Amino acid sequence: MNLLFGAFLFFGLGALLAVMPWRGAKAATFFGSGGAILGCLLGLVGAGQGLAAGVAETFFLPLSMPGGAFSLRLDGLSAFFLLPLFIVGLVGALYGTEYMGSGGKTRWSGLHWTWYNLLILSMTLVVTAANGLLFLFAWECMSLTSFFLVITEHNLAEAVEAGWTYLLATHLGAAFLFAFFLSASAFSGSLEFASFQVLGQLSTPVASGLFLLLLVGFGSKAGIFPFHVWLPDAHPAAPSHVSALMSGVMVKTAIYGLLRLFSFLPAAPPWWGGLLMAIGIVGALFGIAMAALQRDVKRSLAYSTVENIGIILLALGFWMQCRATGHYFAAALALAGGLIHLLNHSLFKSLLFMGAGSLMHGSGSRDLNRMGGLMRRMPITGVLIVCGGLAISALPPFNGLIGEWFIYRALLESGTVLSGLAAFFPLVLIGLLALVGGMVIIVMTRIIGIALAGEPRSSAAARAHEAGWRMWGAMAALALLCLAGGLMPVLLLQVAGRAATLLDPAAATLLADNAMSPWWLGIMAVFLLGCILAAYGFSRWRQGCGIVPSSATWGCGFAFPSSRMSYSAESYTELPQSAMFCSCLNPSTEDGRTIGFFPEAKSFSFEAPDPVLERLFKPFFRRAARVCSGFRGLQAGQLHVYLLYIFSVTILLLFWVGQR
Amino acid sequence: MDNYNPANLLLLLVILFNFFLLGSSRLNACIRTVAIQGGILSLLPLFIHGFSGHSLFLAGGAFLLKGLAIPFLLLRAIRQVHIRREMEPLIGYVPTLLLGTLATAGAFIFSDRLPLIEAHRGSLFIPVGLATLATGFLMLITRRKAITQALGYLIFENGVFIFGMLLAEAMPLMVEAGVLLDLLVAVFVMGIVMHQINREFSSMNTGQLSSLRE
Amino acid sequence: MLQLFLHLLLLLGLSPLLPGVIGKTKALFAGRTGPPFLQSYYDIWKLFGKGLVISRTTTWVFRAGPVLGLVVPVLAALMVPFGSIGAPISFAGDLIFFVYLFGLSRFFTASAALDTGSSFEGMGAAREVTFACLAEPTVFFSFIVLARLSGSLSLDVMFGQALNTAWQSAGPSLILVVACLFVVVLVENCRIPFDDPNTHLELTMIHEVMVLDHSGPDFGMILYGAAMKLFVLGALVVRLVFPGSTGNVWFDTLLFSGGMLLLAVVIGVVESTMARLRLLRVPQLLVGTLLLSFFSLILLLR
Repeated sequence: MNLLFGAFLFFGLGALLAVMPWRGAKAATFFGSGGAILGCLLGLVGAGQGLAAGVAETFFLPLSMPGGAFSLRLDGLSAFFLLPLFIVGLVGALYGTEYMGSGGKTRWSGLHWTWYNLLILSMTLVVTAANGLLFLFAWECMSLTSFFLVITEHNLAEAVEAGWTYLLATHLGAAFLFAFFLSASAFSGSLEFASFQVLGQLSTPVASGLFLLLLVGFGSKAGIFPFHVWLPDAHPAAPSHVSALMSGVMVKTAIYGLLRLFSFLPAAPPWWGGLLMAIGIVGALFGIAMAALQRDVKRSLAYSTVENIGIILLALGFWMQCRATGHYFAAALALAGGLIHLLNHSLFKSLLFMGAGSLMHGSGSRDLNRMGGLMRRMPITGVLIVCGGLAISALPPFNGLIGEWFIYRALLESGTVLSGLAAFFPLVLIGLLALVGGMVIIVMTRIIGIALAGEPRSSAAARAHEAGWRMWGAMAALALLCLAGGLMPVLLLQVAGRAATLLDPAAATLLADNAMSPWWLGIMAVFLLGCILAAYGFSRWRQGCGIVPSSATWGCGFAFPSSRMSYSAESYTELPQSAMFCSCLNPSTEDGRTIGFFPEAKSFSFEAPDPVLERLFKPFFRRAARVCSGFRGLQAGQLHVYLLYIFSVTILLLFWVGQR
Repeated sequence: MDNYNPANLLLLLVILFNFFLLGSSRLNACIRTVAIQGGILSLLPLFIHGFSGHSLFLAGGAFLLKGLAIPFLLLRAIRQVHIRREMEPLIGYVPTLLLGTLATAGAFIFSDRLPLIEAHRGSLFIPVGLATLATGFLMLITRRKAITQALGYLIFENGVFIFGMLLAEAMPLMVEAGVLLDLLVAVFVMGIVMHQINREFSSMNTGQLSSLRE
Repeated sequence: MLQLFLHLLLLLGLSPLLPGVIGKTKALFAGRTGPPFLQSYYDIWKLFGKGLVISRTTTWVFRAGPVLGLVVPVLAALMVPFGSIGAPISFAGDLIFFVYLFGLSRFFTASAALDTGSSFEGMGAAREVTFACLAEPTVFFSFIVLARLSGSLSLDVMFGQALNTAWQSAGPSLILVVACLFVVVLVENCRIPFDDPNTHLELTMIHEVMVLDHSGPDFGMILYGAAMKLFVLGALVVRLVFPGSTGNVWFDTLLFSGGMLLLAVVIGVVESTMARLRLLRVPQLLVGTLLLSFFSLILLLR
């Protein structure tokens, strides 16, 4: 706990010093990133100790606020979520020192570092808070600081618009959380989490109401399916290491909140889990389908976050459902799968976002169709992105497989034992999950194949250059962690087991002593690496020692192929889109059909806007705006009138209180 | 469940034909499939009730109607109007196929929960009958062409026939009446089909119809 | 140890024979003499001795495609029983690893194809990943049927002795599973009616077009890997159809090898008697197979 306070101190100092009116950006960057890095290092040690110790530490400082107290608690669950936060925070700070120092971004660097430090600080508070008011305060701080980070480049209209969408979504969500905490404190009589234990005696309908409040409130932050609309706009707008932090960690704090507060509610009826599973799988399918249609690299990755959150939610929902129906073995597997996937996702998604940032840095565009050939020009970044792509596609020998393996096993475990309708849903989910898995490979080969491989598709891409060591060093650290997770899956299971102790002690004991440990996955991964080395050696040996002669790509008889003829991002997904996707996802195209032998120049454009945003939220808010415009008369613009409002409301409140 | 009982194997074949019907666009193949399906179903009474006069009558009548007469008429009809494919189903083939599988799965999972007499519990007749009914409904809902509509009715009727098999022992008269009703339906169906085709003919010129050919 | 040795020997030694048998069957149907049975061995041997030419556009990803294409089937084969010769490696949940292992080779084959920058190869890559996407759930559903019947989550047990009783208790389901896995063998190994391994007409191909730019030893590795992939996936089907065991290792080996050759003949017959499907029909057929495998599962659920 003391280490955490040390971390707080560094974050605070970093934030404060970065915003001082230094001359030039160097000093601000030095202090800002230094604070973040040192703080994260201290915090990492603290979180590691917390995980290893396995006992909860608490800290209590009464405040004069009604219901509020500065009360912290560091237990297995908190430490589990702190781990990715500090890792990504640390690596992101290293990455940011270079990323923010390039292009026209230096002028915002100071303020950016302040917000960055404050964001990590507030996230740490969210994860360790043991008081409702403190939690909400930290939650709001987190939303605001991340909002300011999203609009870092506020000279761009799209960044500002994305920021507003995000702010709106997150505040609407927060309103539900306020409702939850108010009603929870009405039952328990206090906002301290310790007193929330009495919520366990609530009747099921009331608890269900609270659960739904939690789901909507946290869902809008986590980007679960219908509330994900802010995510694909906000992530591309933010600087890449901030996208990494937001997508890798901030989104997970909502899962933390959901799990933490869920643990106070009484035993869940099966339909809670069923609801989560349904939302999860729909979100996963929707997210990955949309990811395949985006030509903006970061937008594509943002949609892939929607997909991964869906998978995590599916696992957690399955855990709840299995626990409710008494299948403790499957429940334990599902919980482990959800938690491990959550940890893994924060690592490889951050890696990919940083990789996308390096690609943008090198080629000057986020558009896949303006990249190409970057593997030759940015070899280190290229390798690291391939590693991230393998990890996110859940392919061996990386860590992504471990979490998914547990989730599959949980579904298989109940699907092969139960009969009738009870087995039906897990089995359908296995099929759908396999479909999602196949589609992730489409999305990742698309990003790698279009952005990294082939010939440059723009002159900027042809001039691309490798990022500096701080950028690729940060990514390499994450890639190594991903590989380590794949080679040592037992370690991941142990870490997840610590978090599981708090949520479901029965599951944790099952996970600790059962023979279901994923040892074999690690052995197979090592084995795979060995075989690859051997085959590579064979290939090198047969190739001989001379220089391999190279020539142009075989153009099937066409002598002058150019990069304009190669497969583009859209053409790569045309077949999957027509063969598999629901027509409601269809992108809008401006058709450029050519006719005749010597057609004139035509243009073709392709856009895949979010159907949920376009068809659900936008019409809804437009209608709401129309209704609300009737109340415009109240906004008189005169001070006297406003004072009259305040006065009359006060009188009304006094009456209301007097009546009771 | 006795898996190698010939009746059960025939019923599983019926299900496979259901899938094929939902996923195929070629009218010729569809009509033939319905004919085979009907023919297979007409063999069922022999397998479950043995060779008695009653079952022979049922089987023979059903075979003549379902396996030969109606398909022959339908085939002749499509030859006359030169349609070979259902071009634009209201819902695509893959989604209908998905719906059909879900309906079949539902039929299999829920059929044991229906209030059945003990003898019918666990038999394949109920779920296959339900699944075939659902397939017929799906055909009727999703296809535009009159011919495929008629096929939908026929599949639907096949489903009813499977149910009827279960009752053949308890209420022989009812089932025979049912077969007669089949005849009636057949006449009606043909009437409707010919009427609709004629109407399509008069509202559309033949040139447009033959442009549907490949 | 003998098991591992026999496994690798069968895989490495016998797999190139399958394409030869398929080719011979097709030749017989067409009334030709056809290439000799051992043609694939000659091809691979010759390619290993040849020089390498690579495209100027490509990077290490291009070289990684053949490597993974060779390694993955070998590793996957270790988890699959060959006839009644048990799998050397087996653990609960290895079926998931098995499926994702093939995902790994697909990832690199598709990336390697895109690495050349040729639009033809991009086309092939897009098709490959799309079709595999639809085949993957089929594999899972088929495996689940077997997992339910054997009560285990490892391929060795699923394709083990339990099959004998399973054929008696759930014959119809298993027939459907065999059909579905056979379709998977065809689509994953780029056989008619999904892909034509012979035409070198770029627009109609999937797998062949992806490897257009590979040459020399790299291409040899691809051919060898493809033969082994056919062998591994085919072994599943053969084991399903011939679940028995004679008790003698050598007899079993012989029986299994005979089964594999028979499978190759069947594939040859299918290839000779069917036409390649229109590209847009392929996903429909795959979805149909997927639903069929799901239905075989439903039959077990009640």
